[in-house]
Amino acid sequence: MGVSMIQTGADTAVAAKPGAAMNAPRIAVRDLDFYYGANKALKGINFDLPDRQVTGMIGPSGCGKSTLLRVLNRMYSLYPGQRATGQVLLDGKNILDADVDMNALRARIGMVFQKPTPFPMTIYENIAFGVRLHEKLSKSQMDERVEWALTRAAIWGEVKDRLNSNAMGLSGGQQQRLCIARSIAVRPEVILLDEPTSALDPISTLKIEELIDELKQDFTIAIVTHNMQQAARCADQVAFFYLGELIEVAPAEEMFTAPKQKKTQEYITGRFG
Amino acid sequence: MQQAATLSAQTAPPPTHELRRGRSSGALGDAIFAAACRSAGVLVLLLLGAIILELFLGGLQAFRTFGPGFVTSTEWDPVQEVFGAGVSIYGTIVTAVLALIMAVPLAFGVAFYLTELAPAWLKRPVGTAVELLAAVPSIIYGMWGFFLIVPFMSTTLQPFIIDTLGTLPVLENLFAGPPFGTGIFTAALILAIMVLPFIAATMRDVFETVPPVYKESAYGLGCTQWEVVRSVVLPYTRVSVVGGIMLGLGRALGETMAVTFVIGNANRISTSLFGPGNTIASVVALEFGESELGSLKLSALLGLGFILFVISFIVLAASRFLLRQRLKA
Repeated sequence: MGVSMIQTGADTAVAAKPGAAMNAPRIAVRDLDFYYGANKALKGINFDLPDRQVTGMIGPSGCGKSTLLRVLNRMYSLYPGQRATGQVLLDGKNILDADVDMNALRARIGMVFQKPTPFPMTIYENIAFGVRLHEKLSKSQMDERVEWALTRAAIWGEVKDRLNSNAMGLSGGQQQRLCIARSIAVRPEVILLDEPTSALDPISTLKIEELIDELKQDFTIAIVTHNMQQAARCADQVAFFYLGELIEVAPAEEMFTAPKQKKTQEYITGRFG
Repeated sequence: MQQAATLSAQTAPPPTHELRRGRSSGALGDAIFAAACRSAGVLVLLLLGAIILELFLGGLQAFRTFGPGFVTSTEWDPVQEVFGAGVSIYGTIVTAVLALIMAVPLAFGVAFYLTELAPAWLKRPVGTAVELLAAVPSIIYGMWGFFLIVPFMSTTLQPFIIDTLGTLPVLENLFAGPPFGTGIFTAALILAIMVLPFIAATMRDVFETVPPVYKESAYGLGCTQWEVVRSVVLPYTRVSVVGGIMLGLGRALGETMAVTFVIGNANRISTSLFGPGNTIASVVALEFGESELGSLKLSALLGLGFILFVISFIVLAASRFLLRQRLKA
């Protein structure tokens, strides 16, 4: 029933209304523990990322929300001494298994960081770069894909006349949308956003939030944010983390109007954090 | 109230700090410090200018005698007093470039390994070893090259290359002739080993300056380690990488002792890389002791030094120019 609710854009807006059911899970996290060396940073996490909906992850600094994001695309594996136990199921396959092809995994689960990270090349190349890693496209197909990604990331109009200039010359907000375009150009199933607007001005933030709303028609999205209003505006489901534990996960409306846990209430009303 | 307070502060007698310049000992110290730094900066310029001028004036006699032909002529005959720099310029450039061709990929591999692949416990020993390689005096490389590498080249490597690569068209000219062991190729090999640590250490240092989040965003797209290095790390650091390579090239151009030991010291240009030759530095080192004060030969050697200076300058200028072009793109 959840799936039918988000078939049109009009329904999408309804999806966040009270009582809205969550879609079937795209990613299921089961009994996840995470360690930085001997330090346990995540303790027994269990929750789902519903398909083509936005999951907001909130909590005070150091609560483990960014760590969780870095587990979902195995980014932590780049660093020796970091390890995860438990299960993270993507289509029933545990991505924490040793036999997982991490390059293929990261093509399916894209990530956008707090600071915009355009590569030192042209705007066009920034987008084409990721696509080329996984697909062989002709010139015209690639042009199409670049235009598609930039359009989806709501930046096409601003850059279409200067695709061949250096991406470093864009403004911070444009760079961040370029990075989102770069992620979706690879056509992932899931997009992880790690505080994507914390380095941006209010107008750029608004643009990115509108963009997130657009993108959830096609992508499953997880967004880490320090901004409660942002979580309320963007997310269908919100998860609250505290000291490495998942305290509560609920539909956004419920979370912000009637949290079940005392800790959650204290945090969202600004009593700590 | 507040206005009154500021007004009274303005009319009150100033505190004991004297505002005129040059009064306190701190200002005097500053002036001395600034003057010292300025003269240090000027001194470098003066030194550089003096060296260029001295070399040029010293070589003037040779330049006057042989004209532009001094640079192109391949003749070097102390008995007839005919001197040309052609052979040694050729040897200098060919050995240095060949050394870079061998050293740069190797240095890149070392730097890549040290920053991306090596387990933490191995990074330090390998890194230290690379740095120690840079500390070996060049005379040691010369002796090592002469007593170990030259025999190895003449009995093993050169015969092997002549039998394999030397049978292919075009390459047969480059890898031909009797395997003496000494020669351009051996000199370039020793030079490559000598410049390797400089290039590798620079590359490693600049690779480590790439913010992890850039690498992570490339990994996040599904890049392999090689793709991350090629598409993010190298473009991000290219200025410093080219700088490190130029540092190595500069050293290779001017290296004297090690080259003099193994290059064969013959004044001829041979098409084969295995043939003997010489470089500007090796000619000066070998012949300086045998030239009389005020002789045409001494002037020719100083002229060679001037040319080496100019070559180094051109290399530096070219690298700057190249970098500027690539930065724009």
